[in-house]
Amino acid sequence: MFDISPPEWTAVLLSLKVGVVATLAATPIAIALAWTLARYEFWGKSIIDAAVHLPLVLPPVVTGYLLLLTFGKRGLVGGWLADHLGIVFAFRWTGAALACGVMSFPLLVRPIRLSIDAIDRRLEQAASTLGASTWQVFATVTLPLALPGILAGMVLGFAKAIGEFGATITFVSNIPGETQTISSAIYSLIQTPDGDRAALRLVIVSIVMSMAALVASEVFARRATRRLHGN
Amino acid sequence: MLRVEVSKQLGSFSVDVAFASEGRVTGLFGPSGSGKTSLVNMIAGLMTPDRGVISVDGEALDDTTQHLHVAVHRRRIGYVFQDARLFPHLDVRRNLDYGRRMNRLARDTAQEARLNEMLNIGHLLDRRPGQLSGGERQRVALGRALLSRPRLLLLDEPLGSLDEDRKAEILPYLMRLRDEASVPMVYVSHDPDELRQLALQVVMLKRGRIAAFGSPEILPA
Repeated sequence: MFDISPPEWTAVLLSLKVGVVATLAATPIAIALAWTLARYEFWGKSIIDAAVHLPLVLPPVVTGYLLLLTFGKRGLVGGWLADHLGIVFAFRWTGAALACGVMSFPLLVRPIRLSIDAIDRRLEQAASTLGASTWQVFATVTLPLALPGILAGMVLGFAKAIGEFGATITFVSNIPGETQTISSAIYSLIQTPDGDRAALRLVIVSIVMSMAALVASEVFARRATRRLHGN
Repeated sequence: MLRVEVSKQLGSFSVDVAFASEGRVTGLFGPSGSGKTSLVNMIAGLMTPDRGVISVDGEALDDTTQHLHVAVHRRRIGYVFQDARLFPHLDVRRNLDYGRRMNRLARDTAQEARLNEMLNIGHLLDRRPGQLSGGERQRVALGRALLSRPRLLLLDEPLGSLDEDRKAEILPYLMRLRDEASVPMVYVSHDPDELRQLALQVVMLKRGRIAAFGSPEILPA
């Protein structure tokens, strides 16, 4: 039962690669955005807040199609990137990472924002009276105190990214070895006669990976909280 | 020398204050809500006056006629808060060292040793703020502010959150500090006894205005 075939392994590893790249690329953007939303009041803030959460409620196929329109070869951004920087998203694994990054973004931003909201701003004031510039305050006080939320968000985002299906298959299709992640591999196997056993194997792998990510998120959060409160 | 001449509207309350003090310890006295903390926050730069001038040793830190407002982190004014505000993620050693690191100052081990001894915090260096008592926390906060080598030290009711026994424990440290450290201080309190022991000059505030200014003898019994 548990002989995972090379093409299945390829899909598993690709999912992991896509998840890791999507999470690492999205995290700095998520931190910057969460910090801005937590700390500043400005015109259009609620629209940005809603836009961040949109992938959570929009049908994934819509998000995927919007990505195709924007980042596809003839898309507004995609065309420019391909012509000027040689970066192509359409039908590449990088496109799968982009789709997963967008889909998991709200899950990444939310815990980070909550943990920045929870920081006592008077500590940041104390830091500035000790000579820390805005950037130093952020790096030495805000960021370390928000760490539990950042780690929790990253793991949650990663767990979402490795399982993403709808937006990915719409944007970059289902090409074995290039864009076929574990979810699209399972989908293909279910469509194939005699694919049931292989599908079941990947289902189990998928459950194990997701569980591991969730448990890791809990452990990280608990450890970081303990570190911050000093016991 | 500290020169303050500011006005600031805060909702229906306003602060309108002018004084200049030479003393090593200037006491700011008044009941809660008299504008003490707002005034100290303006000196620290955490709050900007609507109009006026704040200068330390002749250097202007705020001057609204020149649109001058020196940023908090460039003022070199230490601040000891009532609630200590130690960084919970750093141990005592790194809390004490924070100001030196942010200002990229050279290490002064002699001063560190002297302060550890004077404030009796040498045995706490490896602890986290969460493991300290209220009095210990306040002593570390004092040391942390002084090690950033400020030219003026603001203390906003540093004993306010402590019970009588703890206050009696910290007061001698503050008096030693006044006599041994060469940093002028602004000491905020609503306790006349505390100020009688520490201050050399007193600014009495009432509803955001100066009610009296002079030696500690002006304090109510």
